[in-house]
Amino acid sequence: MSKNDIILRAKELHKSYRMGATRVNVLKGLDFAMERGRFVAVVGASGSGKSTLLHILGGLDRPDKGVVQFEGRDLARLGAAQLNRYRNKKVGFVFQFYHLLDELSVLENVCLPAMAAKSVAGWFACRSRMKKRAEELLAQLGLSERAKHKPYQLSGGERQRVAIGRALMNEPAVLLADEPTGNLDSATGNGILDVLEKLNKAGQTIVMVTHDERIAQRAERIITLADGKIQGA
Amino acid sequence: MKHGLDVYKIILASRYLVKRRITYFAIVAVALCVFIVVVVMTVLTGLVSDFKQANHGFTGDCVVGTESLVGFAYFQELAQKLEQQEYVEAVSPVIKSYAFLSPVWTERGRGVQILGIEPVRHSRVTNFERTLHYRKGNVDKAFEPVYDPNLPGCVLGIDLVFERGPEGDYTFDSSPIRVGLAITCFPLTAKGALARAATGLVNTKTFYFSDTSHTGLARTDNSLVYLPLEQAQLMCGMDGPAPRVSALYVKFKPDVALQTGCDNVASLWQNFKQQKAEAKYAYSLDTVTVQSWKEYRRGFVAAMEKEETMMIVMFSLVGITTVFIVFVVFYMVISHKSKDIGVLKSIGVSNANIMQLFMGFAFSVGFLGSVIGVLLGWLFLLKMNQIEGWLFEKFGFQLWDRTIYAIGDIPSRVEFQVLVTITLSAIVTCLMGALVPSWQAARLSPVETLHVSRL
Repeated sequence: MSKNDIILRAKELHKSYRMGATRVNVLKGLDFAMERGRFVAVVGASGSGKSTLLHILGGLDRPDKGVVQFEGRDLARLGAAQLNRYRNKKVGFVFQFYHLLDELSVLENVCLPAMAAKSVAGWFACRSRMKKRAEELLAQLGLSERAKHKPYQLSGGERQRVAIGRALMNEPAVLLADEPTGNLDSATGNGILDVLEKLNKAGQTIVMVTHDERIAQRAERIITLADGKIQGA
Repeated sequence: MKHGLDVYKIILASRYLVKRRITYFAIVAVALCVFIVVVVMTVLTGLVSDFKQANHGFTGDCVVGTESLVGFAYFQELAQKLEQQEYVEAVSPVIKSYAFLSPVWTERGRGVQILGIEPVRHSRVTNFERTLHYRKGNVDKAFEPVYDPNLPGCVLGIDLVFERGPEGDYTFDSSPIRVGLAITCFPLTAKGALARAATGLVNTKTFYFSDTSHTGLARTDNSLVYLPLEQAQLMCGMDGPAPRVSALYVKFKPDVALQTGCDNVASLWQNFKQQKAEAKYAYSLDTVTVQSWKEYRRGFVAAMEKEETMMIVMFSLVGITTVFIVFVVFYMVISHKSKDIGVLKSIGVSNANIMQLFMGFAFSVGFLGSVIGVLLGWLFLLKMNQIEGWLFEKFGFQLWDRTIYAIGDIPSRVEFQVLVTITLSAIVTCLMGALVPSWQAARLSPVETLHVSRL
């Protein structure tokens, strides 16, 4: 794995939204490249299009114009099933509000992406392996004792760590984190950043969106979004 | 991503079912609907089925006859031909007419219908023997009063003799009481003129009560008097050189389909009629028709079938209400679960799989609701007659007044096929109610559901 190897690339991205009677142009020809193994922080003012960029990179949204390539493959050319597979296997999302499923236990939440990728028979064939992987992740994240708990029994920091575990379950190439500390106090937020740093050191590619410059400092590289483009690009 | 049965769908659907209390309303709605449908359909289907059976048992399979009071000639020849057919089990000639009935000690009486039959032959075609009380198993003596077998006997519809008890039962004497009944008929010629225009106009003869007949058909049991065929012929003026009857009741062999049998009889009847075209009383054959028992008793059975159809329509409306309840519940559940849908899409779950998840959830609601409803309905039906008996004993309440309705127990025979149909219908109803909300869930944009501000 080389750090010069481009894993994600965006070219001339345009995206606009309708807001009432007016149309807001969020991304205005943005170019972006991400090397494998990097930890990049995307910063910008509120409404600068950081989350939109993350959603487009993760295949949750489509640009109006422009190209997004993952390992050289244009995401726009992927069919619905291939795009679902991309979201399941290649990227992992971490959201500001954790978004854990209340009805599932911590362990089940972490296992969810693996369950979604397998049929009943397929799941039962690899269940013990998957469960072991989820337990290892929870151990790495310091949540071994919480495996059987429900999300509402956890603190904010613990919930975010569960969300990170879920995002990593299928060993994605890229981790996309949208304001992962935005809903946490500073000490807990630092704990989450420590986890991300550790993951990056182990080779995980991470794109983190934040509006906080101090948090962004923890990343290897910072890119700033302003007026729909990357500043200085 | 593949479609089909997945572990996460099973887990989530079952957890939504257990954890979302609002789904209990949907389950209760489905269970109540199924319970009502099971109970009412079972009772109604049972009533209709019993009523049809009683009508079938009263006439046999097929009727070759006329509604004209003069009857038709050459019936012995026709009966003989019919009995020679391999699809025919038995044939019974019948005289159907009206008479005035009064006990011999008074002139006060009432109008009745008379049915002239040969009891043994008639029992081979209909369930006449089973309807008797004193001569059951001894049908050849049906018209022989126990107290004096030499007297001319008559069998009376049970409600002409006994008062029906509040529980639908009758209290019989150990043997029929000696009662003479004067029966008066207007004898008619083959052309329909009064046969005794020059004399006393009517034929009156005293018959003695020999037995009762309980057919389970209220109107019949309340107005029918059975007489020996030859006596009825005399009374109605249908005797003479070319004796006449009103109808031939026909029973088919067990393996003969009703319609096939009736078609064969109709064809035979047409040939017979052509052969008799030049006969002296050929005109009496003009009004004769061939009908299956269903057509012959249409006037009675159709009313019940209409009630059954109306019930089905009413239950369709109940079904629509259930669809609406399920729709509202699912709409509420899904609007609370939009975040889950966004999460599932972010981990690569397809729109089709999201829809399957919620349809699976709807299936569980439908299945659980129907199982509860079917079980409750089955238990209720099992004890319904006891419950009704208890209510009658304690409060004098009866669902059907047995002094009016000719039923004993309320029908509560649960048909497995009916239960399966109701269960499947309830599940389909739930799926229909959940279809639109599930489709909307599948179409939700993950970006919309997951982010507070998409900018």
